[in-house]
Amino acid sequence: MKKNVFINGIGAVTTQGVWRAAFFSEARVLDHAITSAEQPSYNGLISPGAIRRMSRGMKMGIYAAQQALAEASVTIPGAIVTGTGLGCSADSDKFLRSLWENEEQFLTPTSFIQSTHNTVAAQIALQWQCKGYNITHVNGAISFESALLDTLLLLQTGEEEHVLLGGVDEVAEQTYTFLQAAGDIKADGIQETVKNSVSPGVNYAEGAHFFSVGASKTASSYAEIIDITLQNELEVSETTSFLKDFLTTNDLRPGDLDAVILGYNGDEQDDLFYSAVQQTLPSATPLYYKHLSGQFDSCSAFGLAAAAFILKYQTVPPVLYWNEKNPAKTAWKNILLYNQYKGKDHSLVVVRAC
Amino acid sequence: MTDRGVAVTGIGIISSIGETVEENLQALLAGKQGLSRIANFPTRLQEHIWVGEIKRTNEELSDSLGLSLPHAFTRTALLGAHAARQAVESAKLQEIHDLQTGFISSTSVGGMDYTERYGPTYLNSPEWHRYIPSHPAGDSSHKIAQHLGIKGLVTTVSTACSSAANAMMMGARLIRSGRLDRVIVGGTDALSKFTINGFHTLMILSDAPCQPFDKHRKGLNLGEGAAYLVLESEESVQRQGKHVLAYLAGYGNANDAFHQTASSENGEGAFLAMQKALMIAQLTPQDIDYVNVHGTATLNNDLSEGRAMQRLFKDDVPLFSSTKPFTGHTLAAAGAMEAVYSILALQQNVVPPNLHFNTPMEELDLIPETTLRHRSLSHVLSNSFGFGGNCSSLIFSKA
Repeated sequence: MKKNVFINGIGAVTTQGVWRAAFFSEARVLDHAITSAEQPSYNGLISPGAIRRMSRGMKMGIYAAQQALAEASVTIPGAIVTGTGLGCSADSDKFLRSLWENEEQFLTPTSFIQSTHNTVAAQIALQWQCKGYNITHVNGAISFESALLDTLLLLQTGEEEHVLLGGVDEVAEQTYTFLQAAGDIKADGIQETVKNSVSPGVNYAEGAHFFSVGASKTASSYAEIIDITLQNELEVSETTSFLKDFLTTNDLRPGDLDAVILGYNGDEQDDLFYSAVQQTLPSATPLYYKHLSGQFDSCSAFGLAAAAFILKYQTVPPVLYWNEKNPAKTAWKNILLYNQYKGKDHSLVVVRAC
Repeated sequence: MTDRGVAVTGIGIISSIGETVEENLQALLAGKQGLSRIANFPTRLQEHIWVGEIKRTNEELSDSLGLSLPHAFTRTALLGAHAARQAVESAKLQEIHDLQTGFISSTSVGGMDYTERYGPTYLNSPEWHRYIPSHPAGDSSHKIAQHLGIKGLVTTVSTACSSAANAMMMGARLIRSGRLDRVIVGGTDALSKFTINGFHTLMILSDAPCQPFDKHRKGLNLGEGAAYLVLESEESVQRQGKHVLAYLAGYGNANDAFHQTASSENGEGAFLAMQKALMIAQLTPQDIDYVNVHGTATLNNDLSEGRAMQRLFKDDVPLFSSTKPFTGHTLAAAGAMEAVYSILALQQNVVPPNLHFNTPMEELDLIPETTLRHRSLSHVLSNSFGFGGNCSSLIFSKA
């Protein structure tokens, strides 16, 4: 018998600041090629020495984890499951640069030690003395969703009661410059939003999103996570059958979905996938979020936080509407999330009001 | 699902001791190690370290895979594709789409080998730009999946040196949950300047062939390689009348929560991981016939792992050996390569030797097997521990 899985706490450090009640009402639309996350004060949470030594990804991760656990009143999670596309790239960049500049001499270990993809999950385990299951998934746009799948396995089978699930990616100057050279990120100086994007590339950013996920519904619960599916590659024409198979598996009809949260990012090719799914679901209200989060491998976690917010408070923050005119709805029950990047790493997630 | 675990129906490996399962087996039986001086790329450390390097250039590996040029396979992807293809052939998977087949890989180096080579040119010339998207860890998995023709659940784990163990564990759990019928799991890592210099700064690289569990051990040797297993559900095995090589009976993942790179004195994480694996396999410590230890030959690891084994097995520690003196420490791939060695041990009823061991450690009452030993084996435990306190253990049982 599969157990139910609930989002009981959320934490985030993003371009829109940290997770809070006014998170969406105060949100502003991003219009720069690269936007860094607004940093909170880490004093009191992290020691001054560690604040200096740690990269932003590590600090944002610890902060978001703390928020998610506190909201769910979880002292020590049973497991820590994270996803990151590029890992701790700031430290990787740093070690690589000194390797090049000093021709393999005078290197120091700190940036190497902090460069492994599992650093954030490891630091959280250290901070909370969590000796349980600990893993980091690293697979492009489904890095976070792979962690979500792992979390569902842990909770549905009863292996764990509480899982700390998170996604983290950080702006690293050299890595992002290379992504600009490759055309993934828009050029410096371009000022376009997801909606009015005409130049090649996408607006990139960074962030950490954590969720305290449990097998029991609590007073702080946001929503229930029903299911997820992952697919490495698809053609636009295959999205409909991908979606229908997933809905059938979960005994859902397209009409059961009140909203669909799409990963529109302003890239013409990427957006073809989203409009295909949107057209398959004419009765679901289309929503988007990458105009607020920016693109990065684990940014889809921002979408999950948005879905959880809508289901908990039964209202859609106007800034999330994709269309200008939307049918009036008073109840939000089932929300579908769809994300992919460049035709790869497709994910579908269904969350439900609880 | 039976109590026996998830069936292993195919294995594939490439390492410095052989490019096929058979070559690896013959080297283990003959005690022929694969350490040498690094030859595939220039480095200041060339004369200072020993490595388990595969003496094949990227061009040779690419040719043997029949890849059309130009492509953007990094060495990590090339090695991975080589081993994964063997695993698929060994499992006699004719039509990869007839079942829900997934691919869960792991890597720590990813495309760093090409970024460190061509990164300095990226901002001046577009010549090598095709390798920019090859940098992230997940890219090698995509390339390998594409090479094998897999469409479906494809993802990647990266938990430093325990990566492949966790990828295998994730695959087994996906099968047990009924989400997949079949999954190819394992890991791949290429040698890179980044990692050899990184480990050098930590001062844990030995200037001689490594000596796991020896009092005078001086550190580890790095290596490269890849290995994959094909895991299938019992139903899938029965429907196809498949030959089962071994069962992945147990798995455990725990965190040491002690230090970013060092292991705790008492081996807490290692102890918990082994304990969990026994619980999942429904076995007692006495059921384990052989432990393929993580045994990197660093001062810290061997002491911590040894203490954990003494805590778990008390006065009755099973036969154990580290195969890292054969291959070097292949980081994310180590768990998968050692899974293949554990399965070979079960099939052949042999314990591979822990090479270069001379003097027992003072702190422990533990002596590894130093020569090839023939012994009937039913259950083998394989350990993989990594930076970040990530400790994982797997148990393989005789088919």
